[in-house]
Amino acid sequence: MATQNTKTLARAMLAPSVLLLLIWMIVPLAMTLWFSFQNYNLLNPANVSFAGFFNYQYFYTDPAFFASIWNTLLLVGGVLLITVVGGVAIALLLDQPIFGQGIVRILVISPFFVMPPVAALVWKNMIMHPGYGVLADINRFFGFQPVDWFGQYPLFSIIIIVAWQWLPFSTLILLTALQSLDGEQKEAAEMDGANFVNRFIYLTLPHLARAITVVILIQTIFLLGVYAEILVTTNGGPGNASTNLTFLIYRTARLSYDVGGGAAGGIIAVVLANIVAIFLMRAVGKNLDR
Amino acid sequence: MARAASTKQKVGFTIVAWIVALLLFFPILYTIITSVKTEPEAIAGFNLIPSGTFENYVTVQTQRDYFKPFMNSVILSVGSTILALIIAIPAAWSMAFSPTRRTKDILMWMLSTKMMPAVAVLVPIYLLFRDFGLLDTRLGLTAMLTLINLPIVVWMLYTYFREIPGEILEAARMDGASLWNEIVYVLTPMAIPGIASTLLLNVILAWNEAFWTIQLTTTNAAPLTAFIASFSSPQGLFWAKLSAASTLAIAPILILGWFSQKQLVRGLTFGAVK
Repeated sequence: MATQNTKTLARAMLAPSVLLLLIWMIVPLAMTLWFSFQNYNLLNPANVSFAGFFNYQYFYTDPAFFASIWNTLLLVGGVLLITVVGGVAIALLLDQPIFGQGIVRILVISPFFVMPPVAALVWKNMIMHPGYGVLADINRFFGFQPVDWFGQYPLFSIIIIVAWQWLPFSTLILLTALQSLDGEQKEAAEMDGANFVNRFIYLTLPHLARAITVVILIQTIFLLGVYAEILVTTNGGPGNASTNLTFLIYRTARLSYDVGGGAAGGIIAVVLANIVAIFLMRAVGKNLDR
Repeated sequence: MARAASTKQKVGFTIVAWIVALLLFFPILYTIITSVKTEPEAIAGFNLIPSGTFENYVTVQTQRDYFKPFMNSVILSVGSTILALIIAIPAAWSMAFSPTRRTKDILMWMLSTKMMPAVAVLVPIYLLFRDFGLLDTRLGLTAMLTLINLPIVVWMLYTYFREIPGEILEAARMDGASLWNEIVYVLTPMAIPGIASTLLLNVILAWNEAFWTIQLTTTNAAPLTAFIASFSSPQGLFWAKLSAASTLAIAPILILGWFSQKQLVRGLTFGAVK
């Protein structure tokens, strides 16, 4: 009887979380799906009708759509490249004996705690501004023309800002993984005369593989949703040059008041995110069994 | 090599590491420095030595009522985290101590809800908030932040609770402890560090959340994310003041963040890397 009671109690304790998340997952998503098949514009709310696949077709044939998919891929890929390569390098560096390790660590992880609007505005105004930014000052010092970062390389500039925010995250995770590397193995490899490159390729990198996978997958989820950084810097422009899928949907739904179109875009975003999610769930799920 | 690292090597690594660290920290440092410059100084070219005025901080408060979004950030982040903890602690507890065949599936499913892109439900959430009068209210936004962070809270608590050895409970029971005593004297002290870490990380995440806070607020409930984002339009934009507002917005969370390095790894990787 006691176990029966315990079981009932355990279920009751679990219920609120499960119910809330169930509602949170089903209701808005079902509504998005429903709206995606409706002609519904907030500027003309009295005139709602069934649209069939028109919204999807509209979204698909919009030139901004492919631009935004491409930009999303570049943004996610670019940031991943910088943060993984940079993260491995910095983690290896911080794993060495250095003076003031604690302070160095704190300085390195700090950008992660800066809220996106602040990060983006600081880079936009103080670092990358073509007139008064630090980079412009450096260029002038060496006798070069200052670069109009957000005008000429809008997406690249946003990649730099987002990479700056996420580099601490990958570094910290890779460093944590690095520190769990067996010291004896390292010593054995050294005794056998393996040089730094060989130790890195045959010992360190395989050990880091799992952590790198986790970094890539988790960052991808967050990077697919980059929004505030674009909003406060380029607002998606010039043209669609720095519009990612998240930003395009926001623009369709909120600035064009197109509920149907925004919903159709939302469903496409869900499909994309799910492809990534499947891989992440596998990686994390495996770990649960251990 | 690592073991017998000569001082020379250590000095070399130290120099490189400090250069990298200072470069990464530079935008933050420069923001803090600019916040105590005068406006003409702020745009007068690269300069690391400010005149040290605090008038920007005063102006941000008097002209833009800085205290209001700051308090909104505090209320929203702390409120949503505590609410999430209240909902999640029993759930994590039950999964850690009375696991069933389905526990793993439930955990994975909870994680999967976190993977839904926020923008996918922007349309219905915005309309629901509008229809229920929740737009630009602290209540609505607190509920929102609670929901989006709930899976992480459950997961983090679960990984911490799972490390509490079950035998200790049995031992306490054998010694004749009542359920109440068991909870108060045995479990709570062991659970508090995990709960505190979870609280810390989630306050940070909620404080920095910059999609829903910008979408669902205008003025009344706008936290610092929305407040700072409103500086993006150039009118009335002065860099020293922007820097002062930014410094105030990131300082508390930066300090909290420094204390939560370890939990950060654990929480954000859902226990996959410890």
